[in-house]
This record gives sequence, C-alpha cells and structure tokens, in this order.
Amino acid sequence: MVKRLLWVTTVCAAILFSAAMVYANPEAYHVGCAFAVTGKASWLGEPERNTVEMIARQINEAGGIDGHPLVLHIEDTQGDNTRAVNAVRKLIKKDKVCAIIGTSRSGTSMAAVPVATQSEIPMISCASAAVITTPVDQRKWVFKVGPDDSDAALNIFEHMKAHDISKVGIMTGTTGFGAAGREQLKEFASDYGISIVADETYNPTDTDMTAQLISIRKTEAQAVINWSIVPAQSIVSKNMQQLKMTIPLYQSHGFANVKYAEAAGDSAEGCIFPAGRIMAVDTLADDHPQKKVLKEYKQAYESTYDDHVSTFGGHAYDALWLVVNALKKVGPDAAKIRDELENTTFVGVGGIFEFSDKDHCGLDKEDFAILTVKDGKFVVLEP
Amino acid sequence: MDSAFVDVLQFLIMGIQRGSIYAMVAMGFNMIYNATGIINFAQGEFVVLGGLMMVTLTMGFHLSIVFAFILSVLFVMVAGILMERLTINPVKQPSVLRLIIITIAVSIIIKGAAMCFWGKGSHYMRHFSGSTSLDFYGATILPQTLWVVGILCCVVAAYIVFFNYTMTGKCMRACAINRDAARLAGINDRKMVMLSFALSAGIGAIAGIIITPIIQMDYARGAMLGLKGFGAAVLGGLGNSMGAVVAGVLLGVLEALGAGYISSHYMDAIALIILLFVLFIRPSGIFGSAEAMRLKEF
Repeated sequence: MVKRLLWVTTVCAAILFSAAMVYANPEAYHVGCAFAVTGKASWLGEPERNTVEMIARQINEAGGIDGHPLVLHIEDTQGDNTRAVNAVRKLIKKDKVCAIIGTSRSGTSMAAVPVATQSEIPMISCASAAVITTPVDQRKWVFKVGPDDSDAALNIFEHMKAHDISKVGIMTGTTGFGAAGREQLKEFASDYGISIVADETYNPTDTDMTAQLISIRKTEAQAVINWSIVPAQSIVSKNMQQLKMTIPLYQSHGFANVKYAEAAGDSAEGCIFPAGRIMAVDTLADDHPQKKVLKEYKQAYESTYDDHVSTFGGHAYDALWLVVNALKKVGPDAAKIRDELENTTFVGVGGIFEFSDKDHCGLDKEDFAILTVKDGKFVVLEP
Repeated sequence: MDSAFVDVLQFLIMGIQRGSIYAMVAMGFNMIYNATGIINFAQGEFVVLGGLMMVTLTMGFHLSIVFAFILSVLFVMVAGILMERLTINPVKQPSVLRLIIITIAVSIIIKGAAMCFWGKGSHYMRHFSGSTSLDFYGATILPQTLWVVGILCCVVAAYIVFFNYTMTGKCMRACAINRDAARLAGINDRKMVMLSFALSAGIGAIAGIIITPIIQMDYARGAMLGLKGFGAAVLGGLGNSMGAVVAGVLLGVLEALGAGYISSHYMDAIALIILLFVLFIRPSGIFGSAEAMRLKEF
C-alpha cells in the first residue's frame, strides 16, 4: 500500500513538475523538420533526424535559446512528394512553426517550395539541386544548405584539366541524382576543353558494369567519371580492377559514404572525388576555418549514435544552427528570421555559407574538397 | 589478340556469370511450380536470405566458407519449410491465384524482416578464393565466376541424379505429372510440396551465396533477381528445369551482349523484350511443350 501511494505521488509530482516547466516558459521556440526518415531515401533522412535531435538536446540541456526551450516538430516525408507537402502544411498550420528545415530530397523540396512561399515561412532545404533556390526572386522564402551539383562537376573538371586529361568516359546511375549529374557533366565539360567520348548508364539494381566499362575502354578515354549515389556504384571500381583498367577513376560527391569505400575494398584506393570536408576531417589542415566545427560535430555524432558521420547529417546541422542563430537574434518571427538568414555568414559543416539576396545557397565550389581513398579511409588529396 | 574478339569473350564471361544466377533462380521457380502449380514470388527473397546469412556467418562470425555455406543453405531451407507449413499448407481452398498472392505477401514479409535484421545498407563479403582476376585469352575472369559456373554445374548434376535415380525424387516427379494418381499410388503429396519448397529455397540460397562476393547483397535485391529468374523460367518453358538452365544462361549472355553492343541504357529492357517476343511466338517457351501447357491450369 505504502509502495503504491509512493508510486502515485511520484507520478503526480512528475506531471505537475513537467506542466510547471511548460507553463513557466510559455515562449518555447517551435521549429519544424521534414525529413525522409523512412523509405527509399532514409539514408538521407535518418542522419538528418539524428543530428537535429542531438543538437536540440544539447541546446535544451544548456538552458535553451536565451532561456526559451527549443521544440522540434519532426515529420517523416518518406521521400514522397505528396507526403512532403502534407508534412510541411501540418508543420505550418498545426504546429505553428517559425521555420522549416528540410526536406531531404530535391524532388520533395521542390514540391514543398510553393507551400512555404505561400505561407511566408522560411524553409531551409537539405537537398542539393540548384533549382531549389533559383531563380532567387521566386524563392524569397527558400534557402538550401546542400551544395550545387554543378560545383562538384566543376571541381572534377578542374582537377582533370590540371592533370592534362581531355577525353573522359562517364558512367551515371539512372536515379534522379545520376541523371542530374549527367546533365551537369555534359554541360560543363566543353568549358574545360574536355570531351565526353563515352556516355554510359547503369541501374541502381545492376550487379555488373563490365559491359559499360568495356565500351569506355574501346574509346580513347583517359579517365572514367562515375556519378551515382546508390550502393551499386562501388561495383564500378571493382569491375575496373577486374578488367585491369588503369586509367584514373573520378567519383561524384555521392561516393562520400565510408560504407561505399568499404564495399569497394582495395579497388577504390586512389579514386578521386569532390566532397564536403566532413568526410576527411582528420586529415584537414589544423588552421582550416572549418576544422573546429567539423571535429566537434563528428565527435558528438559518432559518440551519440553508433554510426559514421555523413555529409547529409551535416546539412541538417547547418540548417538547424542557422535557424537557432537567427532565433537568438530576432526571436520567433518568420519574416525577421528570413531577413536575418539572407544576411548571414556562417561557418558550418557543409562549408562557409555566405547568403545574400542574390544567393540563397551560400556555398560555392571552394566548399568542396578533393578527396581520395587511402587505406580504406577518406583523405584530402594532396595537390 | 584481336581486341574485338577479347571484347566478345569478356561479354560472354559476364553473361554466363549473370545467367548462372538466373538459371538457379529459375530452377527454384520450376520446382515449386511442378509441385503446386504456382509461381513462388518469394523466390528472389530466398536468394537474398542466403546471401545475407552467408555475409553474417563469414564476415561477422568468421566461420570458414564451407561451413558457413552449409549453414546458410540449411537456414534458408528451414525458412522455405516454415513458409510452406505456415502459409501454404493451412490454406483450406488452395486455388492458384490465392496461393500466388500468399507468396507475394511472404516476399514482402521476408523483405521487411531482412531490412530490420540486416539494415538497409549493402553487405559485402570476400571472394571464395581471392579477387585477382585471371587472364583468359586476353579477357579477364574472376575466380569467383569460375566458382559460380562450377557450382551451377554441380547443382544441375545433383538435380538430375535426385530426380532420376532416387525414390523421393521420382515421387516428386510423379506428383508433378499427376497429383491425384500419385496420391492413389501412396505418395504423400503434401510432404512433397513441403520438400519442393525446401529444395527450391536451398537452390535460391546457393545462388545468393555464390553471387554475393561479386554483386554485394542488400535486402531489396530480391525483386529484380526474382523477375529475371522468372523470365528465364518462362523462356525455358515453365516446369522444365533443364530448359530453365539453358534459358537462364542465354538470357544473361544476351543481356551482356545487348549492354555491350546496343546500349547499357536499355540492358534490363533487352531481357524483357526477348521474353515478350518468345511469348508471342512460342507461348510455351523455347523448350516447353505446347501440349503440356494446354493441360495446365496456369
């Protein structure tokens, strides 16, 4: 009996206490997040959700934003356009958020753009397609923290030009990411005096790329560019090794996942790809302006979750801190947050963001580092 | 060596390697088709289970390849038996359509379970005997490809011996030809159905195990492998396992040549177009008998 009484009292006390907490701080800051936590793009949404939850915990344990607790409303878009639109609507109408972080994919972000614009709520997309924030005059309320595909392509071509490569064969996955990359590669190659002598594609479900590689081998290609984000891409380097092809292999930033390098084994050694610096933070020069933030994020993430840090979680990190910094300055007013974001310079995981009324992405091609694989790890490539 | 010849040879090697897997999946389809008259849409999932189990046993528990191989096959065979006992056997009025829909449901369940257990990532394991490719008249061939082809030959040989020279195999064939007559002759047809699921799961598992070092395995691979294998089974004439082996290898080779000489963009389409043509011209498949086809329910 005594035990039971004690139990009831504890529960009541807990309820009262938590109620008191909520009412003592009526001005909690509500921020909405819409990520593809489940579904086919969950490898994007999962680290993003983990990251924002981790940061919100840190902030609230440290007393909130100037005393205001940060409340996150996280919705799962499942990587689906309709669900993304509904999620963003719910966040705006029901949860009354002052800013939205997400969505994870380019397609869902584009679907959510009109909703955020009409409701006049700032939205920071974690995807990378350039069209999300251009043309800027129609994207007043939309920002993004993912780097442009084209900047990755430019980085690859610049490296090639420096190494006298003028003929390349390209291999792209038949996903949205791969198809967009294929367009970018074709568009910018001629600017660098590089000609594409073979243009091959492969399915995400493909198990063997020998045929495509032989087609490339038949041409005079001096290098292969593999642009894809699906696990199947690690087969490309394996097949090249099997065919004893010795020309250099360039990968896209979609390769920036330690698991892909693990899967490709020693065949991935020496391949060249542009990626966010988070992937090679240990080999980054100590005086690099991003070094501190990257190291902190990596340590915090990897000690909280049993997982490797990824560039995608980094996007969520940047987006949430941008919003938190704006909240600190101007409070939970959507229009003021938007204006504040537009004038922000921020050193984040994805790079050094310099937003302006003409640029809602804030990153440029300098925010990619050229990396390579050495002993199964990503390292910064010495020029 | 002439480079055009080397290319053809390389495409052939690649095609035979893919085709061997299609052939084994198709054999699995046929076994269950013969015993029950249905297409088991969970066939691709058996392949995935075999591959993933092998990854866990070799890379996680560091068992030897041979031991892990046997354990993985047994594991998937048990899964096949459970599937039959829990979902196919208890059905009161087993119409073909109903059973097929059940297999689709099972495939979704297995896929989900595999996702929960092994995660969404892609798993890889080391090759059976080194990953340095060997020279073969100018083309290159992975030792693993030799394993794939060799094990396909062993499976086919075992299949022939089992169905022609053992009593159980003969009983299964009897059930396939005429179930009622077989039952009258004292054959326990329900047990034969269970056995067919076990064997078909076993063949699927073998296919998954030998291909995993080359392609990596993830929980979602089953659908495509199943589809291609089904294509091979239809191409070879449903129910005709030797036809399925030839058709599977043929399909793989045509796919490889198509990808190499026509366009890699349409690789999957090529296989399906061939399948469509065969169905237009010879609906019973290349090696199937048109007469037998007419007598079957499905």
